[in-house]
Amino acid sequence: MQTENSEYAPRRSRRLTSRFVRWANRALSLNMVLSFLFLYLPILILVVFSFNDSRLAARWEGFTLDWYRSLLTSRSILSSAKNTLIVAVTSTIIATGLGTMTAIAMERFRFPFRRIYDGLLYIPIVTPEIVTGVSLLAFFSLTFNAINSAFHLTGDSAFRSGLITITLTHVAFNIAFVSVVVRSSLKDFRRSLEDAAQDLGANEWVTFRRITLPLIMPGIIAGALLAFTLSLDNFVITYFVTGPGATTLPIEVFGRVRRSISPEINAISTIMLIISSIFVLASQILQRRK
Amino acid sequence: MTVTKRRRGVLGTLLTPGAIWIVLLYIVPSLLIVVYSFLTKKLGGGVIWEVSLDSYTKLFGYNPGALILNDFVIIFLRTFWWGILTVLTCLFIGYPLAFYVTQQKPATRNLLLLLIIIPFWTNFLVRIYAWKFLLGNNGFINSTILSGLGLRRIPLINTPFAVLIGLIYGALPFMVLPLYASMERFNYSFVEAAQDLGAGYFRVFTRIFFPLTIPGVATGCILVFILAIGDFVVPTVLGGGKVAMVANLLSLQFGNAFDWPFGSAIGVVFILLLMIGIVYYILSEIRKEA
Repeated sequence: MQTENSEYAPRRSRRLTSRFVRWANRALSLNMVLSFLFLYLPILILVVFSFNDSRLAARWEGFTLDWYRSLLTSRSILSSAKNTLIVAVTSTIIATGLGTMTAIAMERFRFPFRRIYDGLLYIPIVTPEIVTGVSLLAFFSLTFNAINSAFHLTGDSAFRSGLITITLTHVAFNIAFVSVVVRSSLKDFRRSLEDAAQDLGANEWVTFRRITLPLIMPGIIAGALLAFTLSLDNFVITYFVTGPGATTLPIEVFGRVRRSISPEINAISTIMLIISSIFVLASQILQRRK
Repeated sequence: MTVTKRRRGVLGTLLTPGAIWIVLLYIVPSLLIVVYSFLTKKLGGGVIWEVSLDSYTKLFGYNPGALILNDFVIIFLRTFWWGILTVLTCLFIGYPLAFYVTQQKPATRNLLLLLIIIPFWTNFLVRIYAWKFLLGNNGFINSTILSGLGLRRIPLINTPFAVLIGLIYGALPFMVLPLYASMERFNYSFVEAAQDLGAGYFRVFTRIFFPLTIPGVATGCILVFILAIGDFVVPTVLGGGKVAMVANLLSLQFGNAFDWPFGSAIGVVFILLLMIGIVYYILSEIRKEA
């Protein structure tokens, strides 16, 4: 519905012009309504049918909470939820620290090859996840084979992919995302505040602790929230760097989704949607406060 | 600013950990894939360290049974063609949508923006599962709508249609947000000036509004294109492996087919094509401006 260029509006006729404007506005509203239906109707139906009392088909048979109850007793769901949380918390803490440090270096220092670092930080954001996934699979496999054969490690003592490789990988892409968010908050505030502090005798460290850090705190927290959700939700890269026994929630869900549709998947999906929505709202409120 | 020794130490501490992390987990694995693509396949996964061009001849060479193009080239062409279709559809829906949002009062605008941002953050796998729930053979459309109307079930899932819907669904917010950002910056006094000079709506749009929002269009198109052609979840969940894209081919080589050098060659060619596409696009933009 490309309204703006689809009709020629005569130059001088007022009446025709206002009719064109009315028509264009209607088309724009219709496009908006249809777009939001397109974005939200599937999710809405998914949520509604997580309460449906029928295992087989997507036809409404009555209300039940059974599927949520069965999630709570499913060992595979609970253990993968635990794994997901461990990875998300650990990788968020490390990535928020390193991402913030990188952001400060990029915004407050001048140094050679700064442009190259700039490009480096965008690589995790623009590389298709599937390529990252398979190349990390090859990389970890080669590294672990080399270490294991050098130290004659076999069986349980041998290095292999698992929660640690997942965490390392999530840190890598989250450093990039956190640094983008923190850099924008460093760009936003007035440098004169830092200059004033230093004119009043504060050294760089004190200026940072007392002025810069409090001012960019909302940005850091927003970055951490973003990192946390990205880690919770990541499927593609995780799928390729995971190992036996290290199942995260998205991987567990993928295994089930691939087989068929079931109300249990609807229930776990609903919970995951609610959790991410809470995080978006929190991060949006934080970013708006600045 | 003179870089003192202490300042240099601080800079190094800030910058090094993040840079090493990204180099180790993004740059080194990418280079490894390039090396692997010239090695010999080892049965059961991995490589034999003998130089070979087999992977590239397999990818581009004649393959018996195919008429003109071999299956791999067809998958590449299909992936890029669907990427283009996704970009065009998202632009067609997203441009008027972004325009509509910019025209609203601040409160409405923020609400609509939030509704566009939420899908950005929520689990992609879950949102694509929502479409499987709608389109599946026992899904909502077949079980509730069509059988409710007394119509026969139709196969919707595992078709190119389902995959395209999924790609568009996933990518739409990534088109709208950059478009919105460029339209918000637009200075409406240009429109008044043009209208005072006698330009109609069509001319105002094609000569003034659209050209000034091209940076947003370019960013949106590049983002959507990268996202669509690298997608693994959509062709797997909604295509069921029956309508494969490059990501399926990649995953297959590192998974069941166990031909790592061939998988690496696919990854290398894919990234090269992507880079050539983007560089070409940027160059043509620069030439247009010059």
